[in-house]
Amino acid sequence: MKRYRLQLMVCAGTGCVSNHSVEIKDALDREIEKHKLQNEAEVVFTGCNGFCGAGPIVVVQPDGVFYQLLKTADIPHLVEEHLLKGRPVKKLMYSPPAEKIPIPKMSDIPFFSDQTLIALRNRGMIDPEQIDDYIARGGYKGLVKALTMMTPDEVLKEIKSSGLRGRGGGGFPTGVKWESCKHAHGDIKHVICNADEGDPGAFMDRSIIEGDPHAVIEGMIIGAYAIEKVHQGYIYVRMEYPLAIKRFQIAIKQAREYGLLGENILDAGFTFDIDIRRGAGAFVCGESTALMASVEGKPGEPRAKYIHTVERGLWERPTCLNNVETWANVPQIILKGAQWFSSIGTGDVSADPWGGSKGTKVFSLAGKVNNTGLVEVPMGIPLRDIVFKIGGGIRDGKKFKAVQTGGPSGGFIPESLLDLPVDYEELTKVGSMMGSGGMVVTDEDNCMVDMARYFLAFTQAESCGKCTPCREGTKQMLDILDRISVGEGTEEDLVTLEDLSNVIVESSLCALGGSAPNPVLTTLKYFREEYEAHVKDKKCPSHTCRKLNTYSIDEKICLKLGHGCHVCVKHCPDAAIIGERKQVHYIDPAKCSKCGVCYDVCNFKAVQVA
Amino acid sequence: MEYDTHTKAEEIICRWDRKPENIIEMMHDIQNEFNYLPRDVLFEISKEARIPLSKIYSIATFYNAFSLKPKGKHRICVCLGTPCHALGASRIVNALERELNIKRGDVTPDMKFSIEETGCVGTCGLAPVVIIGEDLFGPVTVDGVPRLLKKYESK
Ligand SMILES: Cc1cc2nc3c(=O)[nH]c(=O)nc-3n(C[C@H](O)[C@H](O)[C@H](O)COP(=O)(O)O)c2cc1C
Ligand code: SF4
Ligand code: SF4
Ligand code: SF4
Repeated sequence: MKRYRLQLMVCAGTGCVSNHSVEIKDALDREIEKHKLQNEAEVVFTGCNGFCGAGPIVVVQPDGVFYQLLKTADIPHLVEEHLLKGRPVKKLMYSPPAEKIPIPKMSDIPFFSDQTLIALRNRGMIDPEQIDDYIARGGYKGLVKALTMMTPDEVLKEIKSSGLRGRGGGGFPTGVKWESCKHAHGDIKHVICNADEGDPGAFMDRSIIEGDPHAVIEGMIIGAYAIEKVHQGYIYVRMEYPLAIKRFQIAIKQAREYGLLGENILDAGFTFDIDIRRGAGAFVCGESTALMASVEGKPGEPRAKYIHTVERGLWERPTCLNNVETWANVPQIILKGAQWFSSIGTGDVSADPWGGSKGTKVFSLAGKVNNTGLVEVPMGIPLRDIVFKIGGGIRDGKKFKAVQTGGPSGGFIPESLLDLPVDYEELTKVGSMMGSGGMVVTDEDNCMVDMARYFLAFTQAESCGKCTPCREGTKQMLDILDRISVGEGTEEDLVTLEDLSNVIVESSLCALGGSAPNPVLTTLKYFREEYEAHVKDKKCPSHTCRKLNTYSIDEKICLKLGHGCHVCVKHCPDAAIIGERKQVHYIDPAKCSKCGVCYDVCNFKAVQVA
Repeated sequence: MEYDTHTKAEEIICRWDRKPENIIEMMHDIQNEFNYLPRDVLFEISKEARIPLSKIYSIATFYNAFSLKPKGKHRICVCLGTPCHALGASRIVNALERELNIKRGDVTPDMKFSIEETGCVGTCGLAPVVIIGEDLFGPVTVDGVPRLLKKYESK
């Protein structure tokens, strides 16, 4: 490979691409050519850097200078100053919120410096569409080691003693799962990668695939080798991720060309290939039995797991299903050893595979934090560090309210529990769960009743309808929450919510129903006063539930700033706003249906809520 | 769109090795091509790939990715992921409904726009997110909605 003095790594994750990073790359190429720097500097597309809110991002290597929020108009200046004159451009760098001095180096930015990278170790460093880039950074070395120097049993033992647990939600010990599949009867077995990522607010798996698809593929090949009798694997990826699908397609093709997939891999006498299946927009298909039904070309309804899928899964054959991030950890464990992996994290897994949480976990941090994006942290790190150190605290100086982990199956964790270490058991103890890694931060402007209702509406809509408690129970709970949010709830409703929750938890067939009440239960537990304000005082403290608000117009602002612009009148569906153009406007409370549209459309913030 | 149903169906079935188990992939291809699942194409697939029509319809109704109704030329999808919700996605849906004078799930009479809600698209750093056709926008504001639509009105 040709060596360049400088490499400009342009982020081509979905977030940055939608912020025009492709145009940024074109502009860089143009300017480099203009200054005849083609032999010194190279422009490379990389996968998602994880700092999505700062996109488009360009990192100049080898120094790791980090540029953010770039526009094409910035590029001529950047190339001239940094590449030609060797003067990095301060105003295009990142400054922490409320500080003025920019931080030039990516590795010094708190968002990046407090992370530990295993699954994301190649992020921003390689072109995900070039297998050579992956190999240059040690890729497929784990596979070579496994196939040429280890027996399948030794590989399995390594994974087992590493303490790796499933990153897709349940935290089932990976080695134990592989072992059951290995011991199951059958001459044909399968491995599957679960890339359905259904949690609405999670994008870890998307970023891993977009940034480093070969890591997942390498993990799957190693797994197939360890389990034995596995010659066909599937990747089930949600169709909402077109870029991830494309990256997988390219990676599989390249791996085949290099003899890493297909017949007689690395001349080790082992044959294995992978096909991609697209999901079709059903959350329940992330569940193992539903996913397998979907791969078989059926509606994705879960079945009872009297017989586990490691014994009878896809087409009734023993099948081992693991999450994207789980697979991506495997090559590193084989390469660096179980001991290295288990030295990171909490607890002790030497005797009991459930005895601790080892390695790292990738979270997608989103919502009301300053730094939204992808973070990979060692297990055991306090939640507070994720939200306040890496996440940079709450936006606009607002007050933290809760952090939601585990998506629709998880719960809300209040300020008082923020020092909790991130660990499978600890998160479950407080009523939430690790889940797949979605982490949504809410602030004082969010209503907890509304958030609980949001998740319940989600699970209700996604319930496959096979069992009554899940189908009907969630519907009743949603009706109650709907009533509460328009001021028609009673104190008795809160008790009913708890009762219904317990029934649903106990009698649902799959974990979708079984964990659906968690968002409601945790908000009832930690934010009961908000529910009470809704049912007793008929008020929504954060003014989110609109029917409980009253709207009025601040005369001064309307006249002085807005000059009576009349926009609200045009939009009010109930003709409740009175006023002539250029005059003060009023709301007639008798006519107002409290839809809140005037609040949304007034450009001068003249409409007040109380 | 002008097309020969038989050729189209045959092309898609062949792409997926004529295997009935690949029916969901075939339906994805139809949906991508037509923006919905035209009845005549489904009939043809059922006949040629020997998959009962009832099975095809049960899949079409089970999965959110498929629609039996045509969508607008510019398909607007508002992300309803958790971060988007926390940052006001429902207000964006309302603004779109007001601006286009249709409800979510519907198409404008000139078949230009349709509004849908979609599951998380995984660009939560840009919340709230709106996707029009293949273009992704975020963060979208209520005042920004008319401007956003303008770009597509002449297309
Ligand atoms: C309703 C439901 C949705 C799920 N969605 C996902 C998902 O999107 N991705 C995932 O990896 N696991 C998901 N799971 C968990 C899987 O069933 C399964 O436990 C996991 O993929 C196993 O892999 P792991 O052991 O590597 O975590 C879901 C489970 C349920 C009940
Ligand atoms: S719990 Fe809900 S999603 Fe799961 S099988 Fe029952 S009805 Fe379907
Ligand atoms: S939109 Fe705002 S500024 Fe304009 S008339 Fe209404 S309240 Fe006044
Ligand atoms: S809240 Fe709705 S009904 Fe009431 S004044 Fe504003 S726009 Fe009109």
